[in-house]
This record gives sequence, structure tokens and C-alpha cells, in this order.
Amino acid sequence: MSQQSIKVGDSPAVQYLLRLADSCLVLSQRLGEWCGHGPILEEDLALTNMALDLIGQARGLLTRVCELDGQGHDEDQLAFLRDERQYLNPVLMELPNGPARPGDFAFTVLRNFAVSSWLLLMWERLQSSSDAEVAAIAAKAVKEASYQQQHSADWVVRLGDGSDESKARMNAALSQLWPYFNELFVDDAVDAAAVASGLGPAWSELKPAWAAAIDEILSEAVLPQPKPSAFVSNGRCGVHSEHMGHMLAEMQYLQRAYPGGAW
Amino acid sequence: MSDNKTNAPSAEWPLWEVFVRSKAGLDHKHCGSLHAADPKMAIQLARDVYTRRQEGVSVWVVPSSQIVASDPGEKAMLFDPMEDKVYRHPSFYQLPESVNHM
Repeated sequence: MSQQSIKVGDSPAVQYLLRLADSCLVLSQRLGEWCGHGPILEEDLALTNMALDLIGQARGLLTRVCELDGQGHDEDQLAFLRDERQYLNPVLMELPNGPARPGDFAFTVLRNFAVSSWLLLMWERLQSSSDAEVAAIAAKAVKEASYQQQHSADWVVRLGDGSDESKARMNAALSQLWPYFNELFVDDAVDAAAVASGLGPAWSELKPAWAAAIDEILSEAVLPQPKPSAFVSNGRCGVHSEHMGHMLAEMQYLQRAYPGGAW
Repeated sequence: MSDNKTNAPSAEWPLWEVFVRSKAGLDHKHCGSLHAADPKMAIQLARDVYTRRQEGVSVWVVPSSQIVASDPGEKAMLFDPMEDKVYRHPSFYQLPESVNHM
């Protein structure tokens, strides 16, 4: 690596926004892996459209993080020059799409549904953030998330209540993903500070509405919910799965090899 | 695309014609076609495939099988007779000067 890594500060506002920004960034990278490999051309475009929406949301937030962090970094440096432990996305976002490239479509749409339902609730709340820039990003993102949620929910129902094979694949995807949903609703001091300053909600506050959305679509899809899991991943404190490093190696390669490269 | 073994979905899903209205007041224009399993999916995919660059404010989709088309073999009979009927164009009138923008 020919480029020094950077670190962001540990102020609660920076950490809070980075958790969300990295969620968008990392899921976007995973969805980008479908580019040119979608099950049909039309859905290939739909998946990469969603990836681009997420990139746009991540860019807005990362730019705001740079301002709050005050070290003179820009969004690209933040996206590409941090080490693994400095990424604060929940582990759910970084899980590979499937055992082999480009991935399992059932797993992909189910994660998209879970995450876009979560993001929709998050953006709705952030529209009234005390940080005017975050509120503006949220006002735009809420429309994008609404569409993503509807589109992915339709897939979950279609495949869950579909053929024997699609049902089996959705059930398998659900049991793989289920334990990783827990992390979306854990609170810590960063959340408490965000609530106190009016920056945004504690993540746990989103759980009832999220669970209701999941319940509704899973019942419509005739997919039984797995038993509650006690496992809680901790990506939002920088502790990632074994997949994160591999993903970052690919994601960061260009910026590391050609610092500041642009086109 | 990848993983097209036995049940290539693109071979099974019906084809839809897509019409996009670029802004309020204009008419919907045909802009292409796509494959989708049902009307709802067709609308979503039309949005994703044909309005990515702000092309539209409204989308119609129509099953391609519902389009009735003229027979290319009858092109001569249907359209050639119009070749020498220039008097059907409104080009032989003097417009009043007050009509500037026709």
C-alpha cells in the first residue's frame, strides 16, 4: 500500500454519522458486485440504481463527517483510506452476497428489504435532525429508500410465496441473515449523545416499526420467522467479520495504488 | 446474463412496451420494451431502466402481445398511395400576418 491510512476523531456526532454513512457505502459496494451479473438485464439496472442511491447518501454524510471531524479530509479519503477497524457499519452490510460471485439473489433482495426498511425509518427521523445538513440529506434519501423498500419487498413476497426452490432459497437466506439484524437496534453512548443533541434517534427506537414492517412482508411471503438469536455483531464499533478486509482490499485498491486518482 | 441454465427468466417473462411522458402536458412516447413477470414489476423496472436520467414524470406499460401492428407485407398498399397527394398538406394557404407561430 503506497498510501497512508487516515483516522477520524471519536466525537459522538462523527461516530453516529459514520455508522450510517458506512452502512450505505458498504452495502453499495456489495450491490455493485452485481453489476453486469443480474438475473435479468432489468433487475441488474435496478440493483445498481440502488447502489448509486446508497453512494449518494454516503457521500452526503461523509462530507458532513469531514466537516465535523475538522481534520481537512474529504469524502473520498474517508471512503477509501481508512483501515478496517475504522469502518463503523453493522456487519450485516458487509456480508458477501453469497458463497460465490456475484451472489445469491434471494439473500441479496432479503438484505435489501431489511436494510431499506431500516434506512427508511432512519431517514424519516433524520429529517428533523438538529443538524440542518443531515436533515437535507435525509429529505432526499427518504424518497429513494421508499422506492427501494417497495421494490425489494415485492421480491421477498414473490420469491417467498413462489416456487419450491425460491421458497427454500428465501428461507435459507432468512436464517443466515436473521442473527445480524440484532445489531441494527443496539444502543450505546454514541446514540445517547445523538438523542441529547437532537442529531438523530437512538437506533433501538426504530425497532418496533421495523419489526412491524418485517412481520407484514414475511407473513405475506409465507416465510416463517426464525427464533430470536442472542448473537449481536459489533461492526458499528469497528469489529468486523472476516469478509470486511477482503471487500476493502478490492474497494480501496485504486485509491491506494493511485493516490488521488480521479476521472 | 449469468446463471442461465434451464429456466432462463428472460425467456419466460412476457414482454412489455414502455411509454414515458417527459413532462406534464406532453404525450407519452414509446421508448422501448422490457421483460417483467407482471404489471407491477413492469412499472418498477420501466422506472429503473428508462427514467434513470430524469427522462420522465409518468410511465405506461402495455403488454407487447396486446399491440396490433400493421403487416409489413402490406406496406405498399397501405402507405404508398399517399406519396403524390401533396394537397393533403396545409401548404397552399396564405397565412394572415397576425398568425406568427404556426
